[in-house]
Amino acid sequence: MKPIITLICCLFIITISNSQERYLTKNGAVNFFSKAPMEDITADNNQVLSIIDATTGKMAISILMKSFLFEKALMQEHFNENYVESDKYPKATFKGSILNFDAINSTKSKAKVKGNLTIHGVTKEYLIEGNFTRTDDAILVDGEFTVNLDDFGIKIPAVVAKNIAKNIKVSFKFNHTPFKK
Amino acid sequence: MKKFVLTIFFIATHIAMFSQDDLLDILDDEAPKSKTDGVVTSTFKGTRILNGHSVENRKDKELEFIISHRFGRLNTGFKDLFGLDESNVRFSLEYGLNDNLTIGIGRSSFEKTYDSFLKYSLFKQRRGEKSFPFAISLFGSIAAKTQEESFPIKERSFAENLSYVGQVLIARKVSKSFSYQLTPTYIHRNTVTNVADPNGIFALGFGSRVKLSNRVSLNGEYYHAFNESVSINAQNSLAFGVDIETGGHVFQLIFSNARTMIEKGFIAETTGDFFGGDIHFGFNISRTF
Repeated sequence: MKPIITLICCLFIITISNSQERYLTKNGAVNFFSKAPMEDITADNNQVLSIIDATTGKMAISILMKSFLFEKALMQEHFNENYVESDKYPKATFKGSILNFDAINSTKSKAKVKGNLTIHGVTKEYLIEGNFTRTDDAILVDGEFTVNLDDFGIKIPAVVAKNIAKNIKVSFKFNHTPFKK
Repeated sequence: MKKFVLTIFFIATHIAMFSQDDLLDILDDEAPKSKTDGVVTSTFKGTRILNGHSVENRKDKELEFIISHRFGRLNTGFKDLFGLDESNVRFSLEYGLNDNLTIGIGRSSFEKTYDSFLKYSLFKQRRGEKSFPFAISLFGSIAAKTQEESFPIKERSFAENLSYVGQVLIARKVSKSFSYQLTPTYIHRNTVTNVADPNGIFALGFGSRVKLSNRVSLNGEYYHAFNESVSINAQNSLAFGVDIETGGHVFQLIFSNARTMIEKGFIAETTGDFFGGDIHFGFNISRTF
């Protein structure tokens, strides 16, 4: 009997300690910017979900494509309908690990995240550099990187080639706070 | 035995707690439910299927300028350059008061007619939890003819030149590339030229679009009138066309037996016989600001 109780207790302790080490945000910010000869297009999404497991340094991000807000409603409609096909592929996701996570502390420092980025149903491996700050009650992450639309099978027709850039600058800012289930 | 079952139970719960090991699954659970979840968008590309309105509205505070043209009949032959010598035009400004309510004003060269309309999106088509199979909009318009009668010369008051249209637009996006719409319509004309003609006309519209690519779609539209103006031998309106979309513009190329571009005209006063070659080529160009 005793060993069983011990085992159960141990398992519970592991569970509790594990669940306390996660940091989450539900209103992370992601912005993208397309610079083309004819026009600049920018869109913001302030409802991005991001989570970091501080025991393993693993990170995951989930972006609802329909939550990107554009300057013009028609642009937003075309973005969802013609380019990223949001009905078919509602989310963009990222899943990876923060390299040298243990070195991150309360002073802002650079770190790299390696993982798989999925947009438009296509997955590609990315190594993204960001600024990290970790305090007792928050993990802050921000940075930017470039996404090539061809890599993700998003085609830009010739008629709008001067309106939409092939390489899109993506910037992000997440303020994770402790997550208790 | 009891203890054993208990142990299994505890371990099972424990595993259940751990099964959320995938961070993305946690994010899925934590994702807030949005009001717009499951709302089907882009049933049609434009606010018109061809001649008639579609369930699509202009978005909040968006202004759209539409220039529509219908040339003369194709079967007038080379003498009139297949109808291109003759032309009817309508200009209109349409504005989204909010995402669900659009107001518009327009002026047609045909009979120098002014028109205004309101279109309200009552229900959205939804998938998922609160699923609803159709998008339903209400449409109401009023049109004033300002051209004087040439023969016989009659003085008409402003009220006598008015006509009204009420429509219920019921549409469904079946798949990414196929949508259809049913449009029960009632038209009331304050004045008809011939006593044999009805003031009120009931009609049912059928409209559809098939997407050929992300930017090009093939549209068809037919309005069946249940009672018609006998004095002009009115025909049902039939139209086929192509939508081409480029950024802020939607181009619609249209072949129709109607030469007017407002409801009371093309539904109630079309005289062309489509299969007899009385086809008007035309286009709608819209630019959103």
